[in-house]
Amino acid sequence: MTASEPFASDPFMVGKHKPKDAPAHISAEESLCPVVSHAWVNAQYKHLVVEASAKALAVAPGQFFNLLCPSPDVGELFFRRPQSVYRIDRKHGRIEFLYKCVGRGTRGLATLQKGDALNMVGPLGKGFWLDPAWKHIVVLGRGVGIATLGPISQLAGENNVGVTAILSARDKDFVMADVLFREAGEVISVLDTDGSSAVENVEKILAGLIAQQRADAFFTCGSNRLFQMMKRLGKVHRIPGQVAMEQVMACGLGPCYVCVRTFEVDGRQELRRVCIEGPVFDMQEAVGW
Amino acid sequence: MVDMSVRIGSVTLKNPIMPGSGCFSTDLAQVMDINRLGAMVAKTVSREFRPGNPPPRAAEVEGGMINSIGLPTKGIDYFFKHQVPDYRRFTPPLVGSISATTIEDFEAMARDVAKSDIDVLEVNISCPTRDPKGGNFALHEEHTYEVTKLIRATTDKPVWVKLSPNAGDIVAVAKAAERGGANALVVANTILGLKINTDTFRPAIGNKFGGLSGPGIKPIIVRMVYQCAKAVRIPIIGCGGIVKVEDVVEYMLAGATAVMIGYLTFRNPTGMIAIIDGLEQWCAKRGFARVADLTGAMIDEPPMETFAAAAAPIG
Repeated sequence: MTASEPFASDPFMVGKHKPKDAPAHISAEESLCPVVSHAWVNAQYKHLVVEASAKALAVAPGQFFNLLCPSPDVGELFFRRPQSVYRIDRKHGRIEFLYKCVGRGTRGLATLQKGDALNMVGPLGKGFWLDPAWKHIVVLGRGVGIATLGPISQLAGENNVGVTAILSARDKDFVMADVLFREAGEVISVLDTDGSSAVENVEKILAGLIAQQRADAFFTCGSNRLFQMMKRLGKVHRIPGQVAMEQVMACGLGPCYVCVRTFEVDGRQELRRVCIEGPVFDMQEAVGW
Repeated sequence: MVDMSVRIGSVTLKNPIMPGSGCFSTDLAQVMDINRLGAMVAKTVSREFRPGNPPPRAAEVEGGMINSIGLPTKGIDYFFKHQVPDYRRFTPPLVGSISATTIEDFEAMARDVAKSDIDVLEVNISCPTRDPKGGNFALHEEHTYEVTKLIRATTDKPVWVKLSPNAGDIVAVAKAAERGGANALVVANTILGLKINTDTFRPAIGNKFGGLSGPGIKPIIVRMVYQCAKAVRIPIIGCGGIVKVEDVVEYMLAGATAVMIGYLTFRNPTGMIAIIDGLEQWCAKRGFARVADLTGAMIDEPPMETFAAAAAPIG
């Protein structure tokens, strides 16, 4: 073995060397993905595009990757960071992420430049699903949660399922990705600046869609208050729903039981792992966060 | 060809690499070939359902992580009916791990769990975030001796006792476990720690205290393995902060027969496989025909530099 081989000097054996390709029967893999572009969308959000392996491109809407982010400071990052996919571009073999810079992991991720390689493990978790009987779905996203709803809206659009996307944000600059959602269906932006993002107002919009029979299923991500309201409406009107959830993770694969959240089935509470039993869950079973 | 097998009492492992309890499940088949491992170590099971601790259950720190998962378990009936058969889809020996809050239940658990289709019984008397008076027997030599002796009498299967680095005198505890009839010692569990969020002024994890693991603790645990190996005759399994091949070599030189890996899997899900391959290459390069020859091979003399410095004129 020479000094350039992984074990001699690299503290973690990862990040600097291309991992061996995983066997075909294994669904996820660690892969090094070259950064194609990485640009700020506004003061807080960045849009990252990487070239992805064939296995990574098999990612389903709502699934995630566990990213090894570069360190933003002189310390090391000891956990990977789970990140859901914003757009799957199979034609060009690319995966896109849209994320908010909030902590050390995302600040480190933001330092990646075109040509750098991002170490990703995935695809992981259970994603969104579409019932062939649904003619029209409603997706409701708040803040960075909007990004997670991108791929399911894409998929619905491709399958001629109508999509109404209600995108909630602080102000106009933070309604990201409305182009992507416009390709899939109709977009309704609601903002804090003009008060239209108030839960009561969003509820009115949803009630209107239900009355027009344009809500066969609900999808949401990003706001607990909006989730609670959507869950309540879903229960009253018997509309099936799915929610994508977040939690601090360690392994991202199931064994460590770090990323649990509370769910309730038939009045009994239980903890489920967001990484493997989710991150997408039945809306009526989720308790919230 | 390097002989990668190691013997831990009556159990032969095809290589010395296995996961630490709580860091492994068959879910890892998503990313790796589980059959490559020296052994499988199941997550610790208790008699009754336990939900575990409130989230967040882990936080990153420099040098690794702290966690307090709280030993969530669906109980032993589920373990027998679902988990053991699930592990048995794979070929490596299966180590079952048990916990209890009283000495009587530990004895009964050992009797019940050892009857299932496991190859080794690991006794987790060292979970750092359980009440020291209930479950954390490894802080005291007399408790360790008593619980090991009772468990020993319940089964002919090998019994591995997992020790705590939080004990005042881990060597005395190691000797107590040996005296009680343990077939091997796992050195060690995590080190009790606290991380405070400087934005909120609150603890970073739900249980307030958590066990520290990762590369930052490795020198402490290597020292403990060395001290325990000098004091007992039974094999020792080193566990703490392994992230590369040389870390395994260090543990074995200090006296470990095999090792367990936890944190690395979180950072690099196929890390255990990379270490198995790398350890074989390392042995071949250094001319070791048997990996087992590394155990206890530390040269217990001052570092080379000391001689050079002593020989050099001062001033």
